[in-house]
Amino acid sequence: MSDATSDKPEGPAKAVEQPATEKSPENAPEALGEPALELRAVGERRGMFGVAGSGDTSGYGGLVAPVVLPGIAQRPYGGWFDTVADKLDALIERVVIHRGEITFHVHRDHLLAAASLLRDDPALRFEFLSGVNGVHYPGDAGRELHAVYHLASYTWNRRIRVETSVPDADPHLPSLVRTYPAADWHEREAWDMFGIVFDGHPALTRILMPDDWPGHPQRKDYPLGGIPVEYKGASVPPPDQRRSYN
Amino acid sequence: MATDFYADPSETSEGKVFTVSGQDWSEIGAGLEGDAAERVVVNMGPQHPSTHGVLRLILEIEGETVTEARCGIGYLHTGIEKNMEYRSWVQGVTFCTRMDYLSPFYNEMTYVLGVERLLGIEDGTDNAVPEKAQVMRVLLMELNRISSHLVCIATGGMEIGALTVMTIGFRERELVLDLFELITGLRMNHAFIRPGGVAQDLPPGALDDIRSFVALMKKRLPEYAALCNANPIFKARLENVGHLDLEGCMALGLTGPVLRSTGYGFDLRKAQPYSGYETYDFDVQTWDTADSYGRFRVRLNEMWESLRIIEQAADRLAKLEGAPVMVADKKIAWPSQLSIGSDGMGNSLDHIRHIMGESMEALIHHFKLVTEGFRVPAGQAYVPVESPRGELGAHVVSDGGTRPFRAHFRDPSFNNLQAMAVMSEGGQIADVIVAIASIDPVMGGVDR
Repeated sequence: MSDATSDKPEGPAKAVEQPATEKSPENAPEALGEPALELRAVGERRGMFGVAGSGDTSGYGGLVAPVVLPGIAQRPYGGWFDTVADKLDALIERVVIHRGEITFHVHRDHLLAAASLLRDDPALRFEFLSGVNGVHYPGDAGRELHAVYHLASYTWNRRIRVETSVPDADPHLPSLVRTYPAADWHEREAWDMFGIVFDGHPALTRILMPDDWPGHPQRKDYPLGGIPVEYKGASVPPPDQRRSYN
Repeated sequence: MATDFYADPSETSEGKVFTVSGQDWSEIGAGLEGDAAERVVVNMGPQHPSTHGVLRLILEIEGETVTEARCGIGYLHTGIEKNMEYRSWVQGVTFCTRMDYLSPFYNEMTYVLGVERLLGIEDGTDNAVPEKAQVMRVLLMELNRISSHLVCIATGGMEIGALTVMTIGFRERELVLDLFELITGLRMNHAFIRPGGVAQDLPPGALDDIRSFVALMKKRLPEYAALCNANPIFKARLENVGHLDLEGCMALGLTGPVLRSTGYGFDLRKAQPYSGYETYDFDVQTWDTADSYGRFRVRLNEMWESLRIIEQAADRLAKLEGAPVMVADKKIAWPSQLSIGSDGMGNSLDHIRHIMGESMEALIHHFKLVTEGFRVPAGQAYVPVESPRGELGAHVVSDGGTRPFRAHFRDPSFNNLQAMAVMSEGGQIADVIVAIASIDPVMGGVDR
């Protein structure tokens, strides 16, 4: 597996592994004590069992735990991670290394520069953009919409993730189609599903939903939909209204 | 002109609309008189027998030549990714297996690998997925590669009128589906590869059936070569059609047989192996013509390589009789496996007896794990696999809960269809079909 534990020469042999278990909500207080980790809450989880309105008499119903994503990694990152980070240094906001995968958080103003550098620099040569994926974090104030790019270098056999975020109120990102033509449909999908506007895209139209569709379905505030189903006198609610344990 | 209830001519802002559905073409010709010099836009699909499912092609033509080509997709969008956010991590497999319905195991595999990476139970960790599960995954994936390539070659043949290729392709695919049914219980939509392992151990006698299948395929595969490889009509239709060189592939992010038909031997199974692929002996197949014919030959050769891997996997499985197929961690592993009872496959009676009659704790554990599911540490993972169509990857995001916060699939068909325009513009209409067949898009995966 192309993990940090892999012994391939090209692999991230000495990557600083920071297991997520230490930063999951249950253990967050311990992790907070470590200066190496700057935690960012993107939401909160209430109660102990994830169930609301069920008459929870356990006494744990009032618990509030932050939803914390893996924190910032410290140098040295290990292996080729440093090579890539050195080149990108001026353009990146934070670096997160988690489970052997490295994520470069880039401000949207630097996205185009970072993309051309990643593609063209002989020491980087990330020729392959596998796509753009939106993620909606409603609790991440000011950075609600994330766009996640997965890049691969066939020359060096490396894989990185570049993540950028925009506020919901101003969901504009530069389009990468000029650098990576493969981004064309992927950006259209991110627009369709999340409402992220890719400035400079040659034809930013809906791709999966009908052209006149209202709303952006993959956003967290967009309902799943569904109707209750009657079966032998009982009514089964739609999936988003069933009891959940999140 | 026939009345079309769905596209009234008055709805179009420019030009006339003709509905061509097999009626007398002289009417169309007569209708075009006077406008013949103007541009003609042909809507091919979405319901058309040769566009691989519900793909809509918008072709601007000049005579028989395509001057501009665009795809319209989304007709099969079912919101699988959104639905997965409302189910547990294990239930997610049941959804994503339905995306690219010709290669279900790869959909499951890339999702499961992402979940396992977040759980920290990858290969090489203390609490890793057991070896037998990994070997079974490889076995199923390679069987699936054969069945998927067979459909590609079969439908591709049918679309150019080579009906025998179609009939023998589906004949062999049926054998693979029989094996799937034997091993997983289902011919398609298996939901068999689960986080932590696989759903079920190999049934008795499966290895014998797999070996006889391999032996039979070794006799049958040469038939495809004999029918097609040097067939002048076949070659005339495929050679130099749908040309896309390495630069084009890299720019448009094409992977899989299309990329390998340019002579560049990139295969994730070799470059970034998963599931122990580095321990199997096989070669990456390439061709150097960068056209539809090359892609056909790459697929044909890849089926031979898959047979090699299947043989090796079967040998390993023979030595792993009785080994576990699910991770040892009881907080992740599904509490019990199904078993065959007098009324078919169902819950294991021993397990029911245990949780209902013997152990209160086991019942609670079962209930918690099945209804609530396990929690996956917060973070994100992307572990692509080499599907029959190229790089298939699931971007799995967890917020530490019992459900995927977001699961996005980078489907190779979705990405590769972008190359349709560059492959078919300037060519003939008939070649559009061949070019698309050589991409081998599966609309279930494209639209998800």
